[in-house]
Amino acid sequence: MLSRVAENIYWMARYLERAEDTARLISVNTNLLLDLPRGVAPGWEPLIAMTGSQQLFRQRYDECSERKALQFLIGDVMNPSSILSSMSGARENCRTIRDIVPREAWEQINEAYLYARDNVATGLSKGGRHAYLKRAILGSQTITGILAGTMNHDQGYQFLRLGRFLERADMTSRIVDVRSSDLLPEQNPELRPYENIQWMSVLKSLSGYQMYRQSRQVRVQRQEVLRFLFLSEHFPRAVQYCLRRLEASLASLARHEPVKRVIAELEQTLHGIDLAALSQEALHQFIDNLQLGLMRIHAELSRVYFPPPVTKKG
Amino acid sequence: MSIDWTSYPLQGLYDELVNGGGGYRPHAENLLSHLRDMDPSELAARQAAADLAIKEMGITFTVYSEKEGTIDRAWPFDIIPRIIAKSEWDRIERGLIQRVRALNLFIDDLYHEQKVIKDGCFPAEILIDSQNFRPQCVGVNPPLGVWAHICGSDLVRDRDGQVYVLEDNLRVPSGVSYMLENRLVTKRVFPELFEDYAPLPVDDYPSQLFDTLAELSPRAGDCPKVVVLTPGIYNSAYFEHCYLAQQMGCELVEGRDLFVSDEDNAVYMRTIDGPARVDVIYRRIDDLFMDPEVFRSDSSLGVPGLMRAWKAGKVALANAPGAGVADDKVVYAFVPEIIRYYLDEDPIVPNVPTFRCLYEKERDYVLANLDKLVVKPANESGGYGMLMGPQASRADREKFAALIRANPRNYIAQPVLSLSTVPTLVGKNLEPRHVDLRPFILSGAATRVTMGGLTRVALRKGSLVVNSSQGGGSKDTWIVDGTTV
Repeated sequence: MLSRVAENIYWMARYLERAEDTARLISVNTNLLLDLPRGVAPGWEPLIAMTGSQQLFRQRYDECSERKALQFLIGDVMNPSSILSSMSGARENCRTIRDIVPREAWEQINEAYLYARDNVATGLSKGGRHAYLKRAILGSQTITGILAGTMNHDQGYQFLRLGRFLERADMTSRIVDVRSSDLLPEQNPELRPYENIQWMSVLKSLSGYQMYRQSRQVRVQRQEVLRFLFLSEHFPRAVQYCLRRLEASLASLARHEPVKRVIAELEQTLHGIDLAALSQEALHQFIDNLQLGLMRIHAELSRVYFPPPVTKKG
Repeated sequence: MSIDWTSYPLQGLYDELVNGGGGYRPHAENLLSHLRDMDPSELAARQAAADLAIKEMGITFTVYSEKEGTIDRAWPFDIIPRIIAKSEWDRIERGLIQRVRALNLFIDDLYHEQKVIKDGCFPAEILIDSQNFRPQCVGVNPPLGVWAHICGSDLVRDRDGQVYVLEDNLRVPSGVSYMLENRLVTKRVFPELFEDYAPLPVDDYPSQLFDTLAELSPRAGDCPKVVVLTPGIYNSAYFEHCYLAQQMGCELVEGRDLFVSDEDNAVYMRTIDGPARVDVIYRRIDDLFMDPEVFRSDSSLGVPGLMRAWKAGKVALANAPGAGVADDKVVYAFVPEIIRYYLDEDPIVPNVPTFRCLYEKERDYVLANLDKLVVKPANESGGYGMLMGPQASRADREKFAALIRANPRNYIAQPVLSLSTVPTLVGKNLEPRHVDLRPFILSGAATRVTMGGLTRVALRKGSLVVNSSQGGGSKDTWIVDGTTV
């Protein structure tokens, strides 16, 4: 398989996952804001922070109002991680490999993109937002399903999974990072009642609330949620689970040793720490390391399997 | 209600299927009587079925528009096939083989001894002016001595029934995928016709193409690595590049997928299992974009070092760089002489009579008859920079007269042909529309011609423009053996 084709499949999957995850984030934040008291409510800045694009946002918008944040996160084509940009990225990557991807999947990606593009106004409106986001999430999941059910599960498919699970692990760690550090001061007894709500929102943005309850049978609390989201081997959005899937996909690719080594290192980081005992500050540091590890995995994948970056002449 | 061929408006043109006065040409008899007995709404339903099939099969071509960017458009197709009797086709086929053999000898000669010039058969100054002559190719010996492995020659038929070669495309001719898909669609919508006729099959083209390419491999062995090199998704023929790669079971690559090794000058593609050697490249990129080390240095579509690898004999390129020297319009005017010079034969399929302004006598005739001629500059394509004499204003004709006098070598002129027509579905009626024909000729160890080719049809009434980006469509083309009709 051509390196370029592998890379296109990989990015198609990453963008699809990103579109879905961004839609989840917005959806949950919308709900959270309705539950928290005014003045305590974190607003929309944390979401901008999660996508790592505060600087770009400040360049483009003068204030972080709900409307502007949503514009940025949903329909701003200048924001590379907006839902629309992600859908467009998935579509562009798919377009160049239409001979590899089953036709139905291409049609679905095309349709999801066109919907995202043509209905931005609906997504921004209070009344239409839920439907818009739901459709983005469903669109991404439908495509994943079509690919699982119709594409050869050969080397190309492994790159699809690599892209998806790396993006997902990245997003899960970002969500925990921002949600745990953003606003509620740890030692403020007044705000205790709301801490639970906040951790619940973290779980919900990952569709993990129900699964958490099933597997933990304890009330929602920080250390258990952290363990669940980082270390679960069964919850498909947990970092540990994603890393296991990466390893499984690599197993059927040649020349995977250097990538596997980086993943093994990251797993050591993951298990070599007592999550419950971490202060907010230390947790943030831990997540930083985790993200650096994920970046190293991407860098190794690129180095081993993808074409070298284009060097522009003149 | 059924179709009445006696009221078919021939208007003094040559129709490929209908004879004067509603009569049928012998090879078209079964088709036309079948259509005659068909209800017009049934015919429209068949066309709708064909359009749907094209949409479902995803047969598209890419057009670029300022407003919408790059869009894939469904391939416009007319369901009434164009039929040619095998006896006539056999002669055309021989003519095309003859022509392409001579052209390949001509190209090879131009890049070596240039005997054709020394012997006074071809003027040196035309070569000097040629924009498609590549000095970088001088002295190179491509495998089998062949330069133009894939040639698409455009044929037209005039009012009197005579078939002419209008032009040769020796660089990156396109359209063959549509020829193949048209047949598939026709089989779906007119299966009953295939019982009366047995049109000779066209679908072995991809395997013939693969064989032709594989023969060029510089390495001995059973499985030469053949790839199709595309400029990418924004190219209007991207569908065809994908299609041919799939049909041949080859990798579809872009320039950045390939690199030339400094160690052995061979070409490799980047795969997830590491570099893989490439033997033959069917390149659908123009010469000038192929290798930034040698040609346009700003090209990001090509592969740096590709010419180096080709000259070293480490990779075969089809078509060979520089093959385009033989398809400019002034060179075209010399093809009959070229055939006589290299093969000592008379051309089997003639050129359109062409006046070369380079020569005083021919120039004088052109200048005196500008209102009856089409004037074409040497190095423009797609109809740019042309004068259509009969429709042109006096001022335009005077402008061209001055251009010709200033640079006579750059111009040729031809009489205005009235292209033949084929019945074409317009609403529920069948009306004559002008067509041309592009057969494809493969040259390797042997020379092979497609069975028929791509018939392009100008869908607008009276129009002679068959180009798909300008309202042209296409038809299935049947070669039928008289004995089976």
